Amino acid sequence: MIEVEHLTKEYGDFRAIDDISFTVEKGEILGFLGPNGAGKTTVMRILTCFFPPTRGKAMVAGYNCFEDSLNVRKRIGYLPERVPLYEDMEVADYLRFVAAIKGTPAKEVQRKAARVMDDCGLGEVAHKPIKAISRGYRQRVGIAQALVNDPEVLILDEPTVGLDPKQIKEIRKLIKDLAGRHTVILSTHILPEVSILCGRVIIINKGKLVAVDKPENLRAEGSRRTYLRISGEARRVEEELARLEGVSGLTREQAADDTQAFILAFTDEKRGRQAINSMIERNHWDLIEMRPIEASLEDIFIKLVTREEA
Amino acid sequence: MNPRNIGLILTRELKSYFSSLTVYLVIVMFLLMTGYFFYNLLATFSVVSVQAQADPMLARQYQLLNINETVIRPLFGSISIILLLMTPLLTMRLFAEEKKTGTIELLLTFPVNDVDVVLGKYLACVVVILAMILLTATYPVIIVVLGTPELMPILTGYLGLALLGAAAAALGVFTSSTTENQIVSASISYGLLFFFWLISYSVPLVSAGLGQVLAYLSINEHITSLSKGVVDSEDLIYYLCLVALFLFLTLRSLETNRWR
Repeated sequence: MIEVEHLTKEYGDFRAIDDISFTVEKGEILGFLGPNGAGKTTVMRILTCFFPPTRGKAMVAGYNCFEDSLNVRKRIGYLPERVPLYEDMEVADYLRFVAAIKGTPAKEVQRKAARVMDDCGLGEVAHKPIKAISRGYRQRVGIAQALVNDPEVLILDEPTVGLDPKQIKEIRKLIKDLAGRHTVILSTHILPEVSILCGRVIIINKGKLVAVDKPENLRAEGSRRTYLRISGEARRVEEELARLEGVSGLTREQAADDTQAFILAFTDEKRGRQAINSMIERNHWDLIEMRPIEASLEDIFIKLVTREEA
Repeated sequence: MNPRNIGLILTRELKSYFSSLTVYLVIVMFLLMTGYFFYNLLATFSVVSVQAQADPMLARQYQLLNINETVIRPLFGSISIILLLMTPLLTMRLFAEEKKTGTIELLLTFPVNDVDVVLGKYLACVVVILAMILLTATYPVIIVVLGTPELMPILTGYLGLALLGAAAAALGVFTSSTTENQIVSASISYGLLFFFWLISYSVPLVSAGLGQVLAYLSINEHITSLSKGVVDSEDLIYYLCLVALFLFLTLRSLETNRWR
């Protein structure tokens, strides 16, 4: 549905994005992750035809964003980061305007605007001017205007910023429900959001693509470590463990009573596990706990981003 | 070009105009100033008429004691200058405000041609200006009630004002598209409008050929001939060219924004 090839955008001497390529399948939700100023918004602005790339090509639904911009724009709904809305208009009036300008036939404008207000929970503020509604409602009006013409592709720049936890939950549900029928690209700072919503994640930093993968694969890539707790004499347990083959990166953890806890990484998981088991058996210790620790997305993100900078 | 989209943008802009105080203030100021000029012209005319009745010499001196020449023509001159003072206040927000608040990002990513955006905004402004000009029709109505002026110069004078307003609006739309600061937009508009207005002052100082060119470029030379009741295609073409030129420049300016 979306194809991006070797996209580069320069503002004078500054290169905002540098040779970025990725594709998004129909019905997929793609997360766009990156620190501030990484170039997320720039990619989104190219995809929404706000400005053209310096080099490279972006295609949405088979149309080139630069050469066939009108056909692309008919098929997208866009929520910019600042949520720019016409402050002096009433919510319902504004959504009717957007529905009409996006090509909805005149007799359906009212129905579409009413439906999207319903979906986004805007009934209460329908007749208030946009300048008078709260941040949460503004955000929802922004999402509503992106959705109003039922676009094939939705591009949402930080859709849950500035909302309270209950609203965040509602908006996430709304976005999640869109998957399948719509293709969604969303950018965010909030990492758990990515694992909740997105089928795939793109991490960019300083305009460069750092990683593209499923959230769970990215997690797996961040070295898997294991938590181990054994009853036994502290010094001997540590000595024996250090000597084992297939085990590395041993660090001691705080543990209760007379048990010893460690976090370790396997260089060879199968042999490492066997070695630990036979060690415990040989010494007549008890294995109390052994479980894998999943690296959080935060860890991976920071690791990927800092690796890039190193 | 899509008439429906132009209509949608035009309606939205008009609603936005009339939901802010600016447009009402501008109209009130415009009517106060033009009304002041009208009152003075008419009062002077009536005083001179009364004196001329008693003094035939004076009457001969004032051969021009013709209400078209002494009231209506100067009135159109004043209205046109005040119109030039008011239009930048109406046009300055059209693009600059959208750039400042960021709504331009959504507007330009809607499936709408740039031409429709520019025409929609421009026509909204022209509608306000025409409404403003029409409100001054009370002055000639008063003259028609009190005296017997020639009607043709009044009608062509209004045609001239409408064309002048349309040209000044196009110029203002252009300056608004070049900046995100409304004050900067208005300042550039005033600069350009006064250039077009004052350019005729150099006519006597330069060679005849250049003088003709400068006179042709001058915005008020054309309004003068129209308020005499003469519709010359030269004048119409002049104003329409200004409109076309500045709307074209606005489109280019929107495009360069995309390229930056």
